[in-house]
Amino acid sequence: MPRVGLFIPCYIDQFYPDVGLATLEVLERFGCDVEFPTAQTCCGQPMANTGCTTEAVPLAERMIEIFAPYEFVVAPSGSCVAMVREHYTDLLPLSNSLQEFQAKTFELCEFLTDVLKIKKIEGSFPYKVGLHQSCHGLRELRLARSSETVGDNFNKARQLLETMEGISFAELNRADECCGFGGTFAVHEEAVSCMMGNDRLADHASAGTEVLTAGDMSCLMHLDGLNQRKPKPLPVLHVAQILAGRQPVTSASTTSSEESV
Amino acid sequence: MGGHAQLANQFVANGERAKWHDQALWFVRQKRDNISHAIPEWETLRETASQVKLHTVTHLAQYLEEFEKNAQAMGVHVHWASNAAEHNEIVLRILQQHEVKRVVKSKSMLTEECHLNPHLEAAGIEVVDTDLGERIVQLRKEPPSHIVLPAIHIKKEEVGDVFHEHLGTDAGASDPGYLTEAARQHLRENFLAADAGITGVNFGIASTGGFVVCTNEGNADLGTALPNLHIACMGIEKLIPAPEYLSLFTRLLARSATGQPITTYTSHFHGPKPGGEMHIVLVDNGRSDILGSDEFRRSLSCIRCGACMNTCPVYRRSGGHSYQATVPGPIGSILGPAHNAAAHSTLPYACSLCGSCTDVCPVKIDLHHQLLTWRKEIRVRGLLPFTKTFPMKVMAQVFQRPGLYAFGGKVARIALRLMPRWMIYNPLNGWGRQRDLPTAPRESFRDLYKKRKK
Repeated sequence: MPRVGLFIPCYIDQFYPDVGLATLEVLERFGCDVEFPTAQTCCGQPMANTGCTTEAVPLAERMIEIFAPYEFVVAPSGSCVAMVREHYTDLLPLSNSLQEFQAKTFELCEFLTDVLKIKKIEGSFPYKVGLHQSCHGLRELRLARSSETVGDNFNKARQLLETMEGISFAELNRADECCGFGGTFAVHEEAVSCMMGNDRLADHASAGTEVLTAGDMSCLMHLDGLNQRKPKPLPVLHVAQILAGRQPVTSASTTSSEESV
Repeated sequence: MGGHAQLANQFVANGERAKWHDQALWFVRQKRDNISHAIPEWETLRETASQVKLHTVTHLAQYLEEFEKNAQAMGVHVHWASNAAEHNEIVLRILQQHEVKRVVKSKSMLTEECHLNPHLEAAGIEVVDTDLGERIVQLRKEPPSHIVLPAIHIKKEEVGDVFHEHLGTDAGASDPGYLTEAARQHLRENFLAADAGITGVNFGIASTGGFVVCTNEGNADLGTALPNLHIACMGIEKLIPAPEYLSLFTRLLARSATGQPITTYTSHFHGPKPGGEMHIVLVDNGRSDILGSDEFRRSLSCIRCGACMNTCPVYRRSGGHSYQATVPGPIGSILGPAHNAAAHSTLPYACSLCGSCTDVCPVKIDLHHQLLTWRKEIRVRGLLPFTKTFPMKVMAQVFQRPGLYAFGGKVARIALRLMPRWMIYNPLNGWGRQRDLPTAPRESFRDLYKKRKK
């Protein structure tokens, strides 16, 4: 039984608890012994991405220590996992403990497809899903082939989702354009950020998306923020929630845990 | 907010134009995708080109000397300029020695970088940019907004207006065929009357001393075939070791830039024409500083295809002028701060770190990682405003104390649930102008986890 340390990004912990629960449920369903070490807070990405590297260093050190007891570390976020795997070496000197931590840390979908080798997700999701490709998962972790690169197509989230009954996918005009969240970019470059997000929503609307999903709740927080100001907001669910069997609530923002907990 | 964000805000405020600009450049990106995806070995080409460029810049002194020796052997005068001022002085001196009154210039981002035109004009020399897009922006007295498509921000109706004013085309005429023909006639007169031609250089070849200029309009060929004096201005990073590597780069360049299999004109220059004179001005202007930096060295591999601009979701929606730098977009946001970090400190933040530029780059520059590294550099140099550093310092303190973090989160969520909408969405809430905040749940994940465990 793989012993998994559950790594829940801070904003998911605070604002989207059901995404954390869904992740936990999916991992347990596939036989993992999951524990959420409560000493964890934030991986340090907001600081590092602003250039405040010195502020991020102690947070990176904490992460390594907190997750040391586990065989694997799994998070429902490509971005936070990319921070650990691709950028902790910018913060900390190379050490065995750092490299071990990086090697055992996985985004949820890739953990299911590559480590647990899951072939089939039981359950039905009879909706046309608009799968937003979150950039860090896409171009840092290579969870799918990016539209810029040439090679064989693959997409780990879609590979899992498409085994569910009744599911179909909206085919977008721009397959993997950024939603415009970008951390503090969302506020410092508000005008461009919101235009990017609205353009994504329009692409999903014209592709017939019934439920908007992504591997990163941060992209969805931004997109849903814009979405909620539209006359008919799209239901939004994290990939983990769909995999765990949640169904969309069409009237309000389904990412709020109020309804589902 | 200031710098790029402020100008981007103004650009986006004209929603229709911003949308049109985004779509025009996305169209170029799609053309690039179509043609590059038709080449199965595309990723191998990129990797090879990246290695050749890295090899060249890490042996740059040796290749530059080889290039100079071979160029001189063909009768070319080779000049060295350590900065923009020296470059401008050298070009002016050569022109004055030949009593040149009128120069035709094909597209050269290097001469834009050095601000050559005003320098020559101040000395009484008329400079005519002969690339159509560059001529349009020159007539409008503004800098190019893109390195390959200098007038991409201008609509055809606006071109009609500026041509009406300067070239006497019919008022209100905006037919592209008509306007292009007018430009052709106007430029033809200038080509015939010019005393000298200035070009940029796409590739300098060390083992032959020759160089290659790529254009789609043939203006570099006309501009150098008619006058007897040809001055080629070349950044020192433009070298490749030998001609056998050239096809690698010409294949990547045209496909990445505009989605063409090859530029319409790929012109090879090997020494002056009979009776003519050829000069090459090799320009450093900060390039050796970048070469000395482990973090940013790879930015010297850039072949100026502009693909990173076409793909950048921020560039497409903020326009080239919002960068206030000779080279805009992702690569410009690395080169700009390298040249003057204080003046361009907001550029590395004009980026959502999506990484599309890195994946599209034909020479595999790790653009978005370099932009991230620049953010660190800007902070270290004290150029990051307090409004950005202070929240990060506070957050970092909170995140080191799980109890405080959980408590703070709870208080924030309660406040969000209790506060009336007008109070949450106050004018200082940059998030909330166009976006709702998430609905604050009563319990955090950690609260629910503890309950579930019991």
